[in-house]
Amino acid sequence: MEELFKEYEDKIPAILLEELKSSIDKKTTKTQLKKMLEALYEEYLESMVEPGESVGIISAESIGEPSTQMTLNTFHFAGVAEMNVTMGLPRIIEILDARKNIKTPMMEVYLKEPYNKGKDIRKVAELIKETKMSDIIQEVSINILEATITVKLDRQKMKDLEVRDSSVKRAVEKQLKSGQVKIEGDEVLIKVKSKDDSLNDLYKLKEKMKSIYLKGVKGITQVLPVKRKDEFVIITAGSNLKDTFKLEFVDTERTTSNDIMEVYENLGIEAARAAIINEVYRVIESQGLNVDIRHIMLIADTMTASGSVKGITRYGVVSDKSSVLARASFETPIKHLINASLVGETDPLNSVIENVMLNQPIPVGTGLPGLITKVKK
Amino acid sequence: MAAKKKNTEPIKHSLIPEHKKLSEKEKKELLEKHGISVYELPNILASDPALRGMDVKPGDIIRIKRKSPTAGVTYAYRGVVNG
Repeated sequence: MEELFKEYEDKIPAILLEELKSSIDKKTTKTQLKKMLEALYEEYLESMVEPGESVGIISAESIGEPSTQMTLNTFHFAGVAEMNVTMGLPRIIEILDARKNIKTPMMEVYLKEPYNKGKDIRKVAELIKETKMSDIIQEVSINILEATITVKLDRQKMKDLEVRDSSVKRAVEKQLKSGQVKIEGDEVLIKVKSKDDSLNDLYKLKEKMKSIYLKGVKGITQVLPVKRKDEFVIITAGSNLKDTFKLEFVDTERTTSNDIMEVYENLGIEAARAAIINEVYRVIESQGLNVDIRHIMLIADTMTASGSVKGITRYGVVSDKSSVLARASFETPIKHLINASLVGETDPLNSVIENVMLNQPIPVGTGLPGLITKVKK
Repeated sequence: MAAKKKNTEPIKHSLIPEHKKLSEKEKKELLEKHGISVYELPNILASDPALRGMDVKPGDIIRIKRKSPTAGVTYAYRGVVNG
């Protein structure tokens, strides 16, 4: 029995073989199984897409049609414990364009044992969140005559966020790079080096001081512990996989981000492909629409085929097309035609769109195969 | 400061499927079976984080064991390119 299944391993997808395996019982004989496998193989071949089928156009239609029915607006959740996430069509456009800066970056941070059991979860979440100087400031005053800035610290907040005086002093000294820093009681005194600095500079320094980074993961503006099944997960607003992976209590195997470019930079092209599929499918599913996942897989494959993530834009996958006419038919036609004529490009007319333009048979379906004959001499 | 030692530990992550470098023999078999050259395959950059710790050079082929919701397990191939 087993060797029969082995024989068909290369021919039939694993999921179908598993299904067949679970549906046969002990009474099934070898010859019966052989027949079943043969019938399954035939059925599988029948169900395959035929060579020359224009799968790209079918995918485009299959995703394009339902997305016209999607809500154009992003939802705004007016809750305390809910974060605002870009969904719907804007999100899909964002993913397929492979934007570098997405509207609402988010991470799902999984934790290692025993941190994921819920004990001190708020404290752990607080460690991920970025703490800036402005978070622990109560009052700022500027002395123009002596060119000093006096910052009154919020002791209670400092205690909650576990920020110590010494670390504040070090951070201010290092990141401000101007003047002396002294801590006296609840106040931080910043003395500017030269007195002839203009008033404008002093105010600029004050603003700069507010954004001094103290601790946590850079870019994380909000944290929210959520219970998933029997463990706690921290959802964050803002994304920074690289620095989050460095924290010792983070489960680096499951922590993910919704920022495709970040996934690509930290985990590679295959992870980016998987992330694109997951993210697009999640949006479509959340809108109650039904699109076959194979269409999304095709898009993800196209976007990642070059080894780096490229968006479906005139700068991304379209710019890689070899045909001038195909590029010109997408966006900014004049630019493409002028550039092509300047360098003397040739167009081999191998693809679909340029042949449509020239009113020729397109290489799709029955137009694909050519005829080769041997000419007698 | 001395140069930091490069981290060569492969990354384990739920999003990264298994990557495996094909041997010369497997590579030849694959290319012959499909009648293609390495450069017709989808690419993967040699600097890709998922290839960390593997000894790859441009021209190699990486076999990727993907989990697919429609077929269970599928194998995909990517040719290594500079970058």
